[in-house]
Amino acid sequence: MRIEPTHILVPGPARGRLLQCRHSLSLWGGVDVATGVIIDQRHDRRGDCITDRILALPSEKGSSTGSAILLELIRRRLAPAAILTIHRAPILTLGVIVADELYGRTLPILTISEHDFHTLEDNSMLHVMKRGVKWELLLETQN
Amino acid sequence: MELSARERDMLKGGDGEAAHFALSIIVRTGEALGAPRLRSIEHAHIDACALRSPSSLDFIQYLADNGGRVRVPTTTSMISLDLEHWEALGISRDLAEPSLAIAKAYLQVGCRPTWTCAPYQGAFVPQLGQAIAWGESNAVAYANSVLGARTNRTADYLDICAAITGRVPEVGLYLTENRRATRRIQLEPTPASSWTSPAAWGALGTLIGRLSDEQVPVIEGLPDIAPTSDQLKMLGAAAASAGSVGLFHLAGITPEAPDVESACQGDVPEAVLHVPCHQLREAWDELSSPTATGDVDAVVLGCPHFSDREFELLAAAIRQHPGATVHAHTQVFIFTSAAASETARRNGQLKILEDFGITLIRDSCPFYLPVVRPDARLLVTNSGKCAYYAPGELKVGVHYSDLEGCLHAAITGQRQDVDPPW
Repeated sequence: MRIEPTHILVPGPARGRLLQCRHSLSLWGGVDVATGVIIDQRHDRRGDCITDRILALPSEKGSSTGSAILLELIRRRLAPAAILTIHRAPILTLGVIVADELYGRTLPILTISEHDFHTLEDNSMLHVMKRGVKWELLLETQN
Repeated sequence: MELSARERDMLKGGDGEAAHFALSIIVRTGEALGAPRLRSIEHAHIDACALRSPSSLDFIQYLADNGGRVRVPTTTSMISLDLEHWEALGISRDLAEPSLAIAKAYLQVGCRPTWTCAPYQGAFVPQLGQAIAWGESNAVAYANSVLGARTNRTADYLDICAAITGRVPEVGLYLTENRRATRRIQLEPTPASSWTSPAAWGALGTLIGRLSDEQVPVIEGLPDIAPTSDQLKMLGAAAASAGSVGLFHLAGITPEAPDVESACQGDVPEAVLHVPCHQLREAWDELSSPTATGDVDAVVLGCPHFSDREFELLAAAIRQHPGATVHAHTQVFIFTSAAASETARRNGQLKILEDFGITLIRDSCPFYLPVVRPDARLLVTNSGKCAYYAPGELKVGVHYSDLEGCLHAAITGQRQDVDPPW
Protein backbone atom coordinates (compact mmCIF):
# COMPACT_ATOMS: atom_id res chain seq x y z
CA MET A 1 0.00 0.00 0.00
CA ARG A 2 1.18 3.50 -0.82
CA ILE A 3 0.28 6.66 1.05
CA GLU A 4 0.77 10.09 -0.40
CA PRO A 5 1.75 12.65 2.25
CA THR A 6 -0.24 15.90 2.42
CA HIS A 7 2.89 17.95 3.23
CA ILE A 8 6.61 17.28 3.36
CA LEU A 9 7.88 19.30 6.34
CA VAL A 10 11.34 17.74 6.17
CA PRO A 11 12.17 15.45 3.22
CA GLY A 12 14.36 12.36 3.36
CA PRO A 13 14.29 8.57 3.26
CA ALA A 14 13.52 6.37 6.25
CA ARG A 15 12.50 2.87 7.14
CA GLY A 16 11.15 1.56 10.41
CA ARG A 17 8.33 0.05 12.40
CA LEU A 18 5.35 2.25 13.10
CA LEU A 19 4.72 3.49 16.64
CA GLN A 20 1.09 4.50 16.36
CA CYS A 21 -0.07 7.00 19.01
CA ARG A 22 -3.69 7.88 19.69
CA HIS A 23 -2.66 10.87 21.81
CA SER A 24 -0.64 13.93 20.84
CA LEU A 25 2.73 14.26 22.52
CA SER A 26 4.99 16.95 23.93
CA LEU A 27 8.55 15.69 23.47
CA TRP A 28 9.68 17.77 26.44
CA GLY A 29 7.94 16.32 29.48
CA GLY A 30 6.83 13.43 27.31
CA VAL A 31 10.03 11.64 26.30
CA ASP A 32 13.13 10.84 28.36
CA VAL A 33 16.02 12.43 26.48
CA ALA A 34 18.45 9.86 27.90
CA THR A 35 16.54 6.80 26.66
CA GLY A 36 13.94 7.84 24.07
CA VAL A 37 11.18 6.29 26.21
CA ILE A 38 7.74 7.95 26.44
CA ILE A 39 7.31 9.11 30.06
CA ASP A 40 4.06 11.11 29.83
CA GLN A 41 1.99 9.06 32.28
CA ARG A 42 -1.23 10.13 30.55
CA HIS A 43 -0.07 9.03 27.10
CA ASP A 44 -1.41 5.87 25.46
CA ARG A 45 2.13 4.68 24.54
CA ARG A 46 3.89 5.44 27.83
CA GLY A 47 6.81 3.07 28.35
CA ASP A 48 7.44 2.61 24.61
CA CYS A 49 10.70 3.77 23.06
CA ILE A 50 10.52 6.09 20.04
CA THR A 51 14.11 5.44 18.89
CA ASP A 52 14.31 4.26 15.26
CA ARG A 53 10.52 3.97 15.03
CA ILE A 54 8.26 5.76 12.56
CA LEU A 55 6.51 7.89 15.16
CA ALA A 56 2.90 8.63 14.18
CA LEU A 57 1.22 11.36 16.25
CA PRO A 58 -2.05 13.18 15.55
CA SER A 59 -0.16 16.40 16.43
CA GLU A 60 2.57 17.87 18.56
CA LYS A 61 1.46 19.60 21.73
CA GLY A 62 2.74 21.17 24.93
CA SER A 63 6.23 22.55 25.39
CA SER A 64 8.15 24.67 22.90
CA THR A 65 11.25 22.83 24.18
CA GLY A 66 10.13 19.85 22.08
CA SER A 67 12.54 21.07 19.40
CA ALA A 68 15.45 21.07 21.84
CA ILE A 69 14.63 17.54 23.01
CA LEU A 70 14.42 16.31 19.42
CA LEU A 71 17.76 17.97 18.58
CA GLU A 72 19.38 16.27 21.57
CA LEU A 73 17.77 12.90 20.70
CA ILE A 74 19.19 13.25 17.18
CA ARG A 75 22.63 14.13 18.57
CA ARG A 76 22.51 11.03 20.80
CA ARG A 77 21.18 8.86 17.95
CA LEU A 78 18.03 8.13 19.94
CA ALA A 79 15.62 9.90 17.57
CA PRO A 80 12.74 8.29 15.67
CA ALA A 81 13.43 7.19 12.07
CA ALA A 82 10.67 9.52 10.87
CA ILE A 83 7.69 11.43 12.23
CA LEU A 84 4.18 11.37 10.76
CA THR A 85 1.48 13.78 11.92
CA ILE A 86 -1.97 14.83 10.75
CA HIS A 87 -1.47 18.51 11.65
CA ARG A 88 1.75 20.33 10.77
CA ALA A 89 4.30 20.15 13.57
CA PRO A 90 6.34 23.39 13.56
CA ILE A 91 8.23 22.69 16.81
CA LEU A 92 9.43 19.22 15.74
CA THR A 93 10.23 20.52 12.24
CA LEU A 94 12.45 23.22 13.68
CA GLY A 95 14.29 20.64 15.81
CA VAL A 96 15.18 18.62 12.72
CA ILE A 97 16.19 21.67 10.65
CA VAL A 98 18.57 22.75 13.44
CA ALA A 99 20.00 19.22 13.67
CA ASP A 100 20.66 19.32 9.94
CA GLU A 101 22.33 22.77 10.11
CA LEU A 102 24.33 21.98 13.25
CA TYR A 103 25.23 18.29 12.88
CA GLY A 104 24.29 17.41 9.30
CA ARG A 105 21.80 14.83 10.57
CA THR A 106 18.13 14.79 9.71
CA LEU A 107 14.96 12.71 9.66
CA PRO A 108 11.81 13.12 7.58
CA ILE A 109 8.65 14.72 8.96
CA LEU A 110 5.51 14.29 6.87
CA THR A 111 1.86 15.05 7.36
CA ILE A 112 -0.73 12.57 6.15
CA SER A 113 -4.51 12.76 5.99
CA GLU A 114 -6.58 11.84 9.02
CA HIS A 115 -8.05 8.94 7.03
CA ASP A 116 -4.62 7.56 6.12
CA PHE A 117 -3.41 8.08 9.69
CA HIS A 118 -6.14 5.79 11.00
CA THR A 119 -5.58 3.10 8.38
CA LEU A 120 -1.99 2.61 9.55
CA GLU A 121 -1.39 -0.39 11.76
CA ASP A 122 0.88 -0.24 14.76
CA ASN A 123 4.19 -2.02 14.31
CA SER A 124 3.85 -2.37 10.52
CA MET A 125 7.04 -1.77 8.53
CA LEU A 126 7.05 1.51 6.61
CA HIS A 127 9.39 3.09 4.08
CA VAL A 128 9.58 6.79 3.37
CA MET A 129 10.94 6.89 -0.18
CA LYS A 130 11.10 8.98 -3.27
CA ARG A 131 9.23 7.95 -6.41
CA GLY A 132 10.07 10.29 -9.27
CA VAL A 133 10.01 13.72 -7.69
CA LYS A 134 7.53 12.83 -4.95
CA TRP A 135 8.04 11.44 -1.48
CA GLU A 136 5.66 8.73 -0.42
CA LEU A 137 5.03 6.19 2.30
CA LEU A 138 5.20 2.55 1.35
CA LEU A 139 3.76 -0.10 3.59
CA GLU A 140 5.83 -3.27 3.45
CA THR A 141 3.64 -6.33 3.10
CA GLN A 142 4.30 -8.93 5.72
CA ASN A 143 5.21 -12.45 4.74
CA MET B 1 9.41 32.17 -0.40
CA GLU B 2 9.53 35.83 -1.28
CA LEU B 3 12.39 37.61 0.53
CA SER B 4 13.14 41.33 0.67
CA ALA B 5 16.45 42.68 -0.62
CA ARG B 6 17.51 43.16 3.00
CA GLU B 7 16.67 39.56 3.88
CA ARG B 8 18.42 38.22 0.80
CA ASP B 9 21.52 40.15 1.76
CA MET B 10 21.42 38.75 5.31
CA LEU B 11 20.95 35.26 3.92
CA LYS B 12 24.04 35.71 1.77
CA GLY B 13 26.08 36.62 4.84
CA GLY B 14 26.04 40.41 4.56
CA ASP B 15 25.42 40.67 8.32
CA GLY B 16 27.91 37.98 9.27
CA GLU B 17 27.78 34.25 9.85
CA ALA B 18 25.46 34.22 12.88
CA ALA B 19 22.72 36.21 11.11
CA HIS B 20 23.18 34.05 8.00
CA PHE B 21 22.90 30.84 10.07
CA ALA B 22 19.86 32.11 12.01
CA LEU B 23 18.07 33.34 8.89
CA SER B 24 18.76 30.07 7.05
CA ILE B 25 16.92 28.24 9.82
CA ILE B 26 14.05 30.71 9.72
CA VAL B 27 13.70 30.50 5.94
CA ARG B 28 13.81 26.68 5.94
CA THR B 29 11.18 26.60 8.68
CA GLY B 30 9.04 29.13 6.83
CA GLU B 31 9.23 27.07 3.66
CA ALA B 32 8.27 23.89 5.52
CA LEU B 33 5.27 25.66 7.01
CA GLY B 34 4.19 27.23 3.73
CA ALA B 35 4.93 30.85 4.72
CA PRO B 36 4.74 33.20 1.72
CA ARG B 37 7.20 35.64 3.34
CA LEU B 38 8.87 36.69 6.59
CA ARG B 39 7.70 39.45 8.87
CA SER B 40 9.36 41.66 11.49
CA ILE B 41 8.97 41.26 15.26
CA GLU B 42 9.46 43.77 18.06
CA HIS B 43 10.44 41.53 20.97
CA ALA B 44 11.64 38.00 21.60
CA HIS B 45 11.44 35.78 24.67
CA ILE B 46 13.94 32.95 24.67
CA ASP B 47 13.03 29.50 25.93
CA ALA B 48 16.00 27.82 24.23
CA CYS B 49 18.19 28.58 27.25
CA ALA B 50 16.16 26.18 29.43
CA LEU B 51 17.46 22.75 28.51
CA ARG B 52 20.80 21.68 29.93
CA SER B 53 22.06 19.60 27.00
CA PRO B 54 25.26 19.58 24.92
CA SER B 55 23.30 20.45 21.78
CA SER B 56 21.67 23.40 23.53
CA LEU B 57 25.11 24.82 24.33
CA ASP B 58 26.50 23.94 20.86
CA PHE B 59 23.74 25.96 19.25
CA ILE B 60 24.04 29.22 21.17
CA GLN B 61 27.82 28.95 21.33
CA TYR B 62 27.92 28.84 17.53
CA LEU B 63 25.83 32.01 17.32
CA ALA B 64 27.86 33.77 20.04
CA ASP B 65 31.23 32.76 18.54
CA ASN B 66 30.20 34.04 15.13
CA GLY B 67 29.22 37.54 16.12
CA GLY B 68 25.53 36.93 16.84
CA ARG B 69 23.72 39.93 18.30
CA VAL B 70 20.00 40.33 18.99
CA ARG B 71 18.25 42.98 16.87
CA VAL B 72 15.17 43.39 19.08
CA PRO B 73 14.76 43.65 22.86
CA THR B 74 15.02 40.07 24.09
CA THR B 75 14.21 38.54 27.49
CA THR B 76 15.15 35.06 28.74
CA SER B 77 12.94 32.32 30.14
CA MET B 78 14.00 30.06 32.99
CA ILE B 79 17.31 28.22 32.93
CA SER B 80 18.41 24.96 34.59
CA LEU B 81 19.99 26.73 37.55
CA ASP B 82 19.47 29.33 40.27
CA LEU B 83 22.33 31.39 38.92
CA GLU B 84 23.20 33.13 42.21
CA HIS B 85 22.34 30.51 44.82
CA TRP B 86 23.12 27.14 43.25
CA GLU B 87 25.98 26.33 45.60
CA ALA B 88 23.86 27.04 48.67
CA LEU B 89 21.20 24.71 47.19
CA GLY B 90 23.76 21.91 47.01
CA ILE B 91 23.89 21.77 43.21
CA SER B 92 27.15 20.22 42.01
CA ARG B 93 29.58 22.16 39.85
CA ASP B 94 29.27 19.47 37.14
CA LEU B 95 25.57 20.19 36.84
CA ALA B 96 25.98 23.95 37.14
CA GLU B 97 28.72 24.50 34.60
CA PRO B 98 26.80 23.73 31.40
CA SER B 99 23.97 26.03 32.53
CA LEU B 100 26.42 28.78 33.43
CA ALA B 101 28.00 28.47 29.98
CA ILE B 102 24.56 28.58 28.32
CA ALA B 103 23.62 31.69 30.34
CA LYS B 104 26.88 33.40 29.46
CA ALA B 105 26.42 32.78 25.73
CA TYR B 106 22.86 34.16 25.74
CA LEU B 107 24.10 37.28 27.50
CA GLN B 108 26.96 37.56 25.03
CA VAL B 109 24.46 37.87 22.15
CA GLY B 110 22.65 40.65 23.99
CA CYS B 111 19.72 39.00 25.79
CA ARG B 112 18.42 40.68 28.94
CA PRO B 113 18.91 38.26 31.86
CA THR B 114 15.33 37.99 33.14
CA TRP B 115 15.28 34.17 33.51
CA THR B 116 11.56 33.85 33.97
CA CYS B 117 8.74 31.84 32.41
CA ALA B 118 6.26 34.63 33.32
CA PRO B 119 7.80 37.69 31.62
CA TYR B 120 4.32 39.15 31.11
CA GLN B 121 4.04 39.80 34.88
CA GLY B 122 6.91 42.28 34.96
CA ALA B 123 9.92 41.75 32.70
CA PHE B 124 8.15 42.73 29.48
CA VAL B 125 4.44 43.21 28.86
CA PRO B 126 3.68 43.24 25.13
CA GLN B 127 0.93 45.43 23.70
CA LEU B 128 -2.30 44.53 21.93
CA GLY B 129 -1.52 43.67 18.31
CA GLN B 130 2.25 43.76 18.78
CA ALA B 131 4.16 41.08 16.82
CA ILE B 132 6.61 39.22 19.07
CA ALA B 133 8.43 35.87 18.94
CA TRP B 134 8.00 34.12 22.24
CA GLY B 135 8.94 30.66 23.38
CA GLU B 136 7.67 28.93 26.58
CA SER B 137 4.18 27.59 26.06
CA ASN B 138 2.55 29.33 29.03
CA ALA B 139 4.01 32.72 28.08
CA VAL B 140 2.77 32.27 24.51
CA ALA B 141 -0.76 31.46 25.68
CA TYR B 142 -0.80 34.49 27.99
CA ALA B 143 0.69 36.96 25.48
CA ASN B 144 -1.74 35.96 22.73
CA SER B 145 -4.88 35.43 24.77
CA VAL B 146 -4.74 37.83 27.70
CA LEU B 147 -2.72 40.65 26.10
CA GLY B 148 -3.69 40.26 22.44
CA ALA B 149 -0.07 40.34 21.30
CA ARG B 150 0.80 38.08 18.36
CA THR B 151 3.17 35.15 18.52
CA ASN B 152 3.25 31.56 17.42
CA ARG B 153 4.29 28.83 19.82
CA THR B 154 7.86 29.61 18.85
CA ALA B 155 10.05 26.52 19.03
CA ASP B 156 13.24 26.62 21.10
CA TYR B 157 16.08 27.87 18.81
CA LEU B 158 13.66 29.54 16.40
CA ASP B 159 13.18 32.07 19.22
CA ILE B 160 16.84 33.13 19.33
CA CYS B 161 17.08 32.99 15.51
CA ALA B 162 14.13 35.42 15.43
CA ALA B 163 15.84 37.68 17.98
CA ILE B 164 19.07 37.75 15.95
CA THR B 165 17.38 38.43 12.61
CA GLY B 166 14.27 40.33 13.79
CA ARG B 167 12.27 38.07 11.45
CA VAL B 168 9.82 35.17 11.68
CA PRO B 169 7.87 33.20 9.07
CA GLU B 170 4.55 34.96 8.49
CA VAL B 171 2.25 32.09 9.39
CA GLY B 172 -0.16 31.02 12.11
CA LEU B 173 -1.15 33.41 14.85
CA TYR B 174 0.54 36.46 13.28
CA LEU B 175 -2.35 36.47 10.80
CA THR B 176 -5.70 37.91 11.91
CA GLU B 177 -7.72 35.18 10.19
CA ASN B 178 -5.93 32.45 12.17
CA ARG B 179 -6.85 34.11 15.47
CA ARG B 180 -10.54 33.46 14.81
CA ALA B 181 -12.22 31.20 17.35
CA THR B 182 -13.15 27.98 15.59
CA ARG B 183 -14.31 25.92 18.57
CA ARG B 184 -17.06 27.04 20.93
CA ILE B 185 -16.88 25.66 24.45
CA GLN B 186 -19.97 26.45 26.50
CA LEU B 187 -19.71 26.00 30.26
CA GLU B 188 -22.71 25.14 32.39
CA PRO B 189 -23.54 28.19 34.58
CA THR B 190 -21.46 28.40 37.76
CA PRO B 191 -21.42 30.90 40.63
CA ALA B 192 -18.74 33.62 40.59
CA SER B 193 -17.58 32.35 44.00
CA SER B 194 -16.41 29.06 42.40
CA TRP B 195 -13.72 30.92 40.43
CA THR B 196 -11.78 32.62 43.24
CA SER B 197 -8.95 30.08 43.43
CA PRO B 198 -6.32 30.05 40.64
CA ALA B 199 -6.48 26.25 40.94
CA ALA B 200 -10.03 26.38 39.53
CA TRP B 201 -8.61 28.11 36.45
CA GLY B 202 -5.88 25.46 36.15
CA ALA B 203 -8.54 22.75 36.03
CA LEU B 204 -10.48 24.72 33.41
CA GLY B 205 -7.26 25.13 31.42
CA THR B 206 -6.62 21.39 31.47
CA LEU B 207 -10.10 20.80 30.12
CA ILE B 208 -9.69 23.47 27.42
CA GLY B 209 -6.38 21.92 26.39
CA ARG B 210 -8.04 18.56 25.97
CA LEU B 211 -11.13 19.83 24.14
CA SER B 212 -9.44 22.22 21.71
CA ASP B 213 -7.50 19.81 19.47
CA GLU B 214 -5.78 22.11 16.97
CA GLN B 215 -8.57 24.71 17.09
CA VAL B 216 -8.70 28.19 18.64
CA PRO B 217 -11.29 27.91 21.42
CA VAL B 218 -13.72 30.52 22.72
CA ILE B 219 -15.08 29.83 26.19
CA GLU B 220 -18.64 30.93 26.87
CA GLY B 221 -20.69 30.84 30.04
CA LEU B 222 -18.26 32.07 32.68
CA PRO B 223 -20.02 34.24 35.27
CA ASP B 224 -19.53 38.02 35.23
CA ILE B 225 -16.06 38.16 36.77
CA ALA B 226 -12.74 39.89 36.13
CA PRO B 227 -10.10 37.17 36.53
CA THR B 228 -6.73 38.16 37.95
CA SER B 229 -3.46 37.91 36.08
CA ASP B 230 -2.49 34.91 38.23
CA GLN B 231 -5.73 33.10 37.48
CA LEU B 232 -5.28 33.60 33.74
CA LYS B 233 -1.65 32.53 34.06
CA MET B 234 -2.75 29.21 35.59
CA LEU B 235 -5.42 28.77 32.91
CA GLY B 236 -3.03 29.32 30.01
CA ALA B 237 -0.23 27.21 31.52
CA ALA B 238 -2.54 24.24 32.03
CA ALA B 239 -4.18 24.59 28.59
CA ALA B 240 -0.76 24.70 26.90
CA SER B 241 0.38 21.58 28.78
CA ALA B 242 -2.68 19.40 28.30
CA GLY B 243 -3.02 20.49 24.67
CA SER B 244 -1.42 22.68 22.02
CA VAL B 245 -3.31 25.86 22.90
CA GLY B 246 -1.41 28.98 21.85
CA LEU B 247 -4.46 31.25 21.90
CA PHE B 248 -7.78 31.04 23.71
CA HIS B 249 -10.60 33.54 23.96
CA LEU B 250 -12.80 34.06 27.02
CA ALA B 251 -16.02 35.71 25.84
CA GLY B 252 -16.49 39.04 27.57
CA ILE B 253 -13.04 38.87 29.19
CA THR B 254 -10.05 38.65 26.82
CA PRO B 255 -9.30 41.54 24.43
CA GLU B 256 -10.12 39.88 21.13
CA ALA B 257 -13.38 38.48 22.50
CA PRO B 258 -15.70 41.24 23.70
CA ASP B 259 -18.35 38.71 22.67
CA VAL B 260 -18.53 35.35 20.90
CA GLU B 261 -19.27 36.88 17.53
CA SER B 262 -16.17 39.10 17.66
CA ALA B 263 -14.00 36.19 18.79
CA CYS B 264 -15.29 34.25 15.76
CA GLN B 265 -14.72 37.28 13.51
CA GLY B 266 -18.39 37.21 12.53
CA ASP B 267 -18.33 33.58 11.42
CA VAL B 268 -19.78 31.78 14.45
CA PRO B 269 -19.56 27.98 14.26
CA GLU B 270 -22.89 26.28 14.82
CA ALA B 271 -21.41 23.39 16.71
CA VAL B 272 -21.06 24.01 20.45
CA LEU B 273 -19.25 21.76 22.93
CA HIS B 274 -21.33 21.81 26.11
CA VAL B 275 -19.35 21.30 29.32
CA PRO B 276 -21.40 20.25 32.32
CA CYS B 277 -20.03 20.99 35.81
CA HIS B 278 -19.11 17.37 36.42
CA GLN B 279 -16.53 17.63 33.60
CA LEU B 280 -14.86 20.53 35.44
CA ARG B 281 -14.82 18.46 38.63
CA GLU B 282 -13.32 15.52 36.77
CA ALA B 283 -10.63 17.73 35.22
CA TRP B 284 -9.70 18.89 38.75
CA ASP B 285 -9.68 15.34 40.13
CA GLU B 286 -7.72 13.92 37.20
CA LEU B 287 -4.86 16.34 37.85
CA SER B 288 -4.12 14.18 40.90
CA SER B 289 -2.52 10.78 40.39
CA PRO B 290 -4.69 7.84 41.39
CA THR B 291 -1.86 6.58 43.61
CA ALA B 292 -1.20 9.88 45.39
CA THR B 293 -1.18 8.68 49.01
CA GLY B 294 1.18 8.79 51.98
CA ASP B 295 3.31 11.57 53.38
CA VAL B 296 3.82 14.70 51.32
CA ASP B 297 7.45 14.86 50.18
CA ALA B 298 7.32 18.13 48.28
CA VAL B 299 5.08 21.14 47.76
CA VAL B 300 5.67 23.11 44.56
CA LEU B 301 4.42 26.66 44.10
CA GLY B 302 5.36 29.08 41.35
CA CYS B 303 4.76 27.09 38.17
CA PRO B 304 4.67 29.43 36.22
CA HIS B 305 6.85 31.76 38.29
CA PHE B 306 5.36 33.24 41.47
CA SER B 307 4.20 36.83 41.06
CA ASP B 308 4.37 39.83 43.41
CA ARG B 309 0.68 39.32 44.17
CA GLU B 310 1.15 35.62 44.95
CA PHE B 311 3.93 36.50 47.41
CA GLU B 312 1.53 38.92 49.13
CA LEU B 313 -1.26 36.34 49.32
CA LEU B 314 0.96 33.54 50.58
CA ALA B 315 2.63 35.73 53.22
CA ALA B 316 -0.83 36.79 54.43
CA ALA B 317 -1.99 33.16 54.53
CA ILE B 318 1.08 32.10 56.54
CA ARG B 319 0.36 34.88 59.03
CA GLN B 320 -2.96 33.15 59.68
CA HIS B 321 -0.97 30.22 61.13
CA PRO B 322 1.16 31.89 63.81
CA GLY B 323 4.15 29.83 64.89
CA ALA B 324 3.58 27.17 62.23
CA THR B 325 6.52 25.96 60.17
CA VAL B 326 7.12 23.55 57.32
CA HIS B 327 6.84 19.91 58.43
CA ALA B 328 10.19 18.17 59.00
CA HIS B 329 9.52 15.58 56.29
CA THR B 330 8.37 18.01 53.60
CA GLN B 331 10.29 20.18 51.12
CA VAL B 332 8.42 23.34 50.11
CA PHE B 333 9.57 25.29 47.07
CA ILE B 334 8.60 28.53 45.43
CA PHE B 335 9.92 29.08 41.92
CA THR B 336 10.17 32.71 40.86
CA SER B 337 12.27 35.31 39.09
CA ALA B 338 15.13 37.17 40.77
CA ALA B 339 13.14 40.40 40.22
CA ALA B 340 9.99 39.13 41.99
CA SER B 341 12.15 37.66 44.74
CA GLU B 342 13.80 41.05 45.28
CA THR B 343 10.41 42.77 45.47
CA ALA B 344 9.24 40.20 48.02
CA ARG B 345 12.40 40.80 50.04
CA ARG B 346 11.85 44.57 50.06
CA ASN B 347 8.24 44.09 51.11
CA GLY B 348 9.22 41.84 54.01
CA GLN B 349 7.39 38.81 52.59
CA LEU B 350 10.53 36.83 51.92
CA LYS B 351 11.49 36.80 55.57
CA ILE B 352 8.05 35.45 56.53
CA LEU B 353 8.35 32.72 53.90
CA GLU B 354 11.90 31.77 54.80
CA ASP B 355 11.18 31.76 58.55
CA PHE B 356 8.27 29.45 57.77
CA GLY B 357 10.74 27.10 56.04
CA ILE B 358 10.13 27.62 52.33
CA THR B 359 13.04 27.31 49.89
CA LEU B 360 13.02 29.95 47.21
CA ILE B 361 14.39 29.01 43.77
CA ARG B 362 15.11 31.83 41.37
CA ASP B 363 15.62 31.72 37.58
CA SER B 364 14.57 28.08 37.30
CA CYS B 365 11.91 25.42 37.27
CA PRO B 366 11.13 22.20 39.19
CA PHE B 367 11.68 20.18 35.99
CA TYR B 368 15.03 21.69 35.03
CA LEU B 369 16.76 21.99 38.39
CA PRO B 370 16.90 18.81 40.50
CA VAL B 371 15.88 20.16 43.89
CA VAL B 372 12.95 17.85 44.61
CA ARG B 373 14.43 14.79 46.36
CA PRO B 374 14.88 11.94 43.88
CA ASP B 375 13.11 9.53 46.25
CA ALA B 376 10.06 11.80 46.55
CA ARG B 377 6.81 9.87 46.07
CA LEU B 378 4.14 12.51 46.59
CA LEU B 379 4.12 16.13 45.42
CA VAL B 380 1.40 18.67 46.12
CA THR B 381 0.91 21.64 43.80
CA ASN B 382 -1.66 24.27 42.86
CA SER B 383 -0.42 24.33 39.26
CA GLY B 384 -2.18 22.43 36.50
CA LYS B 385 1.01 22.58 34.46
CA CYS B 386 3.15 21.15 37.26
CA ALA B 387 0.52 18.49 37.97
CA TYR B 388 0.52 17.52 34.29
CA TYR B 389 4.28 17.10 33.89
CA ALA B 390 5.44 15.99 37.36
CA PRO B 391 4.48 12.29 37.14
CA GLY B 392 6.60 11.83 33.99
CA GLU B 393 9.46 14.23 34.68
CA LEU B 394 9.90 13.70 38.43
CA LYS B 395 8.45 10.18 38.78
CA VAL B 396 6.16 11.26 41.60
CA GLY B 397 2.49 10.99 42.40
CA VAL B 398 0.73 14.34 42.36
CA HIS B 399 -2.00 15.77 44.54
CA TYR B 400 -3.66 18.83 43.00
CA SER B 401 -4.93 21.42 45.42
CA ASP B 402 -5.42 25.14 45.96
CA LEU B 403 -3.05 27.48 47.81
CA GLU B 404 -4.68 26.70 51.17
CA GLY B 405 -4.35 22.98 50.53
CA CYS B 406 -0.68 23.45 49.64
CA LEU B 407 -0.15 25.37 52.87
CA HIS B 408 -1.87 22.64 54.87
CA ALA B 409 0.37 20.03 53.25
CA ALA B 410 3.43 22.16 54.01
CA ILE B 411 2.57 22.41 57.72
CA THR B 412 1.24 18.91 58.38
CA GLY B 413 3.13 16.87 55.79
CA GLN B 414 -0.24 15.35 54.87
CA ARG B 415 -2.46 15.94 51.90
CA GLN B 416 -5.81 17.55 52.48
CA ASP B 417 -8.59 16.72 50.10
CA VAL B 418 -9.96 19.98 48.79
CA ASP B 419 -13.24 19.55 46.96
CA PRO B 420 -13.35 21.08 43.50
CA PRO B 421 -15.28 24.35 43.75
CA TRP B 422 -18.12 23.36 41.42
